[in-house]
Amino acid sequence: MNLDIRTEELERGTLLYIGGEIDAYTASQLREALLPLTEKKGANVVVDLSNVNYIDSTGLGIFIGALKSAESHESYLKLTGLNERVKRLFSITGLDEVMDIEEEEEAQ
Amino acid sequence: MEKEVIDHIEMKLPARAEYVGVARLTVSGIASRAGYSYDDIEDLKVAVAEACTNVVDHAYKHDGFMGLFCDLYEDKIEIVVSDRGQSFHFEDIKRGLGPIDAEKPIEDLKEGGLGLFLIDSLMDEVEINGETGVAIVMTKFLQRDGREPDVNGIPTKNAQKQQ
Repeated sequence: MNLDIRTEELERGTLLYIGGEIDAYTASQLREALLPLTEKKGANVVVDLSNVNYIDSTGLGIFIGALKSAESHESYLKLTGLNERVKRLFSITGLDEVMDIEEEEEAQ
Repeated sequence: MEKEVIDHIEMKLPARAEYVGVARLTVSGIASRAGYSYDDIEDLKVAVAEACTNVVDHAYKHDGFMGLFCDLYEDKIEIVVSDRGQSFHFEDIKRGLGPIDAEKPIEDLKEGGLGLFLIDSLMDEVEINGETGVAIVMTKFLQRDGREPDVNGIPTKNAQKQQ
């Protein structure tokens, strides 16, 4: 039931790989991994969600919090690798309008 | 005339975050058995998880339980998630319900409050009953080729007529 979390250092910032299901139980793990990264001034934080097959409002809330944190710390947050389902929830809630979400051709 | 319930399933779960996934997977199994499409099952999973998360977050000061009730009909599934904790004022919450407004500055965005909006978006009918505790009643129709619910989400007249 835990998230699979890995980080990779980029030249200026961090690539955060998340895998698993982001819900009420696991959302705090995402918050703990993601929030500190956005608190470094000028940091470039890319979150790869290719292996996330489920997300709900608790997970979306973490990304809203991270976006706010990035805004106030002058860092930069970007999401990538969203599958159709995950992308759908971002667009129903309108979050895709305020977040930088990288569109990419279907991998695999 | 209400159509008959084909099957009724109920569960009582501890109102804790680690059980939200259990409720979600249970509903996924039931909906899959009932013939729902992949996308509809995913919608049901999110809606049920949102309702359960709501119970976990708001209903109890201390440990309590959440109830999950599923009624399967020929053409729909009705799911009730209930608790016996503090009821909340749905009307107040409903006023603030909606997607994110991209016009607003980022610092004004709220981390919470998207759950009920998602339930409303993903299910065909949603009702909240809140006398002693809260029960969220959510309905999703089973889509079959050439036989969809009409625009009001009500089963077709012919189907209702029998009895």
